[in-house]
Amino acid sequence: MQESTFESMESSPPGVGSDEAEALTAEQAIANLQGADLGLRFYAAWWLGRFRVRDEAAIQALIAALEDEADQTEAGGYPLRRNAARALGKLGDRRAVPVLIQSLSCSDHYVREAAAQSLQALGDSACVPALLNLLATGLQGEQLVPNQPDLSQPYDAILEAVGALRAAHAISHVKPFLEHPTERIQYAAIRAMYQLTHEAAYGEQLVQALKSPSLQLRRTVLADLGAIGYLPAAAAIAQTQAENSLKLIALKGLLEEQLQHTTPPALSAGAINVMTLMDELL
Amino acid sequence: MADLSILIRAVEEADSASLLTRAVQNLAAVGLEAAVPTLIAALSYNNPGAAVAAVDGLVTIGQAAVPALLEQLDQHNYTARSWTIRALAGIGDPRGLVTLLGGATADFSPSVRRAAARGLGVMKWQWFPDDLLEIAQAEALEALLFVAQQDEEWVVRYAAVVGLQALAATLTATDPDGRSQIQAQFEKMAIDDESWAVRARILMAQQQIQAKTSYLLLQPPEEQASPLSAVDWQMILESLYRRKGQERLMLSEGDPRSYQAMAVAIAQETNPPH
Repeated sequence: MQESTFESMESSPPGVGSDEAEALTAEQAIANLQGADLGLRFYAAWWLGRFRVRDEAAIQALIAALEDEADQTEAGGYPLRRNAARALGKLGDRRAVPVLIQSLSCSDHYVREAAAQSLQALGDSACVPALLNLLATGLQGEQLVPNQPDLSQPYDAILEAVGALRAAHAISHVKPFLEHPTERIQYAAIRAMYQLTHEAAYGEQLVQALKSPSLQLRRTVLADLGAIGYLPAAAAIAQTQAENSLKLIALKGLLEEQLQHTTPPALSAGAINVMTLMDELL
Repeated sequence: MADLSILIRAVEEADSASLLTRAVQNLAAVGLEAAVPTLIAALSYNNPGAAVAAVDGLVTIGQAAVPALLEQLDQHNYTARSWTIRALAGIGDPRGLVTLLGGATADFSPSVRRAAARGLGVMKWQWFPDDLLEIAQAEALEALLFVAQQDEEWVVRYAAVVGLQALAATLTATDPDGRSQIQAQFEKMAIDDESWAVRARILMAQQQIQAKTSYLLLQPPEEQASPLSAVDWQMILESLYRRKGQERLMLSEGDPRSYQAMAVAIAQETNPPH
């Protein structure tokens, strides 16, 4: 499914005007990605993802960029690899899966996070064992490792990916993270548990979180509810204190879930209810 | 009822984002015309919570807020401008028509485009004089068809479908041709549009048009007569023509432009030249 700029809230990297972005061509971006100028390479990787360039040459160049050694920050980060991993998630080519799985063991936390997010987007279950191995690094048996909060791994991105991939055998790995002290990670676990068990209690926990005093958490939970398509949340989503854009995206997730159970032109009562709420938020 | 001046002072003295939001919500809830300047000021505070509350309050106040909103459009603060367009879309006052036409088709921000597209469908068409109604609806139809076909954001195309559905309901008697253009556009998009949500909204529009059950029509029609003056209509007409970039050659009997001489005279009496 193609997501629009509106859905991903993508923006240009700082200092890049949209005119400049439009001015690049696919050929030029692919050439820049393989050039010597690190700034141009970093920008080209972002650009190829942003403008959905699915050329063979673009895919191959981005896959190669995942193993780049030239672009490193003083702290040991790999900016180009991060952008390449993010772009490959947007291009929908499953040939990127093996090399993204390798990126899950990169020394850079943000490369691991981008790889987990892109593997989720590509929807290939081949990555589940590697994702579970990463979750296991935070576990001792059926408990979280002591000395919490453990933020050594991008647990929220990993939990969301195993939930989205419906890896039912992942439940025992996911469940301990319900106790994680970091809300972001806790709610990612709740979302994954709903996707793996379909127990309404998890959906209701997310609905309750829409009343949280933290705007950032409310935004996260809106995205979670949209991702799981939890219909009983519809009215609470419409009423929560957050931007209408985000409420509309969440309700769209509920609507799409409803549409899976009917054949056009039939619409379920749930779908009609959700659309009526959406109309009011435009 | 709380004293309005206390509510206004609470907005002016709020020293945190959340206090400001709450103060604007309280002021907006009263829905009195005297609150308009303070609510409009809240559109420029760069506080989305306060701006949403202010827009709600301005929409509740309705047409009395329109002159001040149109004045606000001339300011160079883009964020305030976009909230202003959202308020005009919510009010549906004909004086905002040309602004909404531009907002739906050309604004940089998807949230402005979607609000304007919905607003074009639910204009207060019942206020328009007959001749002007035809021109105005033709423009709204053209803009909405354009947005439904072209906009790259699903949410803006979705809003255009909502606008077209409302417009189809008002075109029944006046413009059967425009109505069938809307139906044809829906049939095409029901198959072609890449977004499930947009396709589903089209199904709902088609079913509601057929059953005449749209909740958009369930809102009680306003009994109120148009508060607009001949000068207002004259300005609306002229801005429409400017937008069109072409004059219609035939002036039929009762064409609003036959008011022109009178309108100019009235305008000179009531608004001395600046």
